[in-house]
Amino acid sequence: MEHSDAQQLLPAYVDQELDVVDAIAVERHLETCLECRREVGEQQRAGLRVRLGAVRFDAPAALRADVLAALPGQRPERTARVPATSWWRTATVALAASLALALAWGISEYRALPSSQQRLAEELVANHVRSLQVDHLTDVASSDQHTVKPWFIGKLDFSPPVPDLAQQGFPLVGGRLDYLDGHNVAVLVYRHKRHPINLYIWPATSQATALTSQVHGYHLVRWRAGSMEFAAVSDAADGSLPQFVALLRERAASDWP
Amino acid sequence: MATPNPEDRFRELILPHLDSAFNLACWLTRNRADAQDVVQEAAMRAFKYFSGFHGADGRVWLLRIVRNTFYTWCRDKGGPDGTAFDEELHSTAEPDRSPEALLIRQDCDRLVQQALAALPLQFREVVVMRELEELSYKEIAEIAGIPIGTVMSRLGRGRKLLAQRLGDTVGRHDGT
Repeated sequence: MEHSDAQQLLPAYVDQELDVVDAIAVERHLETCLECRREVGEQQRAGLRVRLGAVRFDAPAALRADVLAALPGQRPERTARVPATSWWRTATVALAASLALALAWGISEYRALPSSQQRLAEELVANHVRSLQVDHLTDVASSDQHTVKPWFIGKLDFSPPVPDLAQQGFPLVGGRLDYLDGHNVAVLVYRHKRHPINLYIWPATSQATALTSQVHGYHLVRWRAGSMEFAAVSDAADGSLPQFVALLRERAASDWP
Repeated sequence: MATPNPEDRFRELILPHLDSAFNLACWLTRNRADAQDVVQEAAMRAFKYFSGFHGADGRVWLLRIVRNTFYTWCRDKGGPDGTAFDEELHSTAEPDRSPEALLIRQDCDRLVQQALAALPLQFREVVVMRELEELSYKEIAEIAGIPIGTVMSRLGRGRKLLAQRLGDTVGRHDGT
């Protein structure tokens, strides 16, 4: 390959966008051309510096809310709280009906679920969105599980597990108390590639089955481990939330109550 | 419910890409407030033409609309050079108290931030799409409405300019 031809293709070579034939031809040329080798190094370094050093701006929660609110057919936000007793009664009946189905699949689809589950799913996502909007993501901000776990003592009548998943790419950001469907719940806030993940934990009171769903573009996974019920909500791209949940369940199998 | 209504489909397919949309808009406008306006306008357009979306990739589709919206907005304002350069957006000086902002600013390299912001628009946009959004040449070509070869040459030129501005050139050769 001529020097000028190779030189033209260098950006695509750096980005691994060349087909095999061209890539091999460029590589051959690089073996003998110092100028092009330097050029490749320069391109790679410049790209890397942008990746590592430039800000990737995340949409502010207010913008997300504005866009949502401007959609036609937008339902008004649910503000009336359903009394806890009626929820649990409905849930028991509804769950009994869905149990066989859910057991068969292990994981069932959100749309197929009874309305009480749907309501909880919507409430979880609404809570997640609100936690980002009002800039009240955490009551206790710390990446140290030994700071966050004791913080809950005396504030709840249960002790939520606070696993450390920083090594796995999910650093802890903090924790907060929240109120969900008539219960006090513990919320742990994690982060994955700048996406906040809210992990809701409360004592299990029903035969909840594992389920994943998408509500308004947010991902939601619910499951039960031991005596606790869990729900994780995030806008992180597909794949990372299931991974997060798999890690948590792995921990639950080993050292959780 | 076999066929969800358009609002639900839009929420599921398009809204998850709002971060990408906002990031691109920030780097196009170089101003947070303008970026919000552009994205909001783009989202409205996207919904308006949503029935025409049959593609697989909602992100590419939305980013294309964001970019078009930006260029229309520029024309109305009298050229991209008329956009106000937001010093705060591209410096680390202004402290923002939210945990989000703190996290962002910790891993932001001020020199890189400013060098990228100062790149001419045609190079800046492809570098942002490639390095920050990690889009393929084909996707960038589709969003920017240019041939793949042009994507390649602009990326090469853009990164070269960055290397020069960052004082990071090793090879010293005359003429190109």
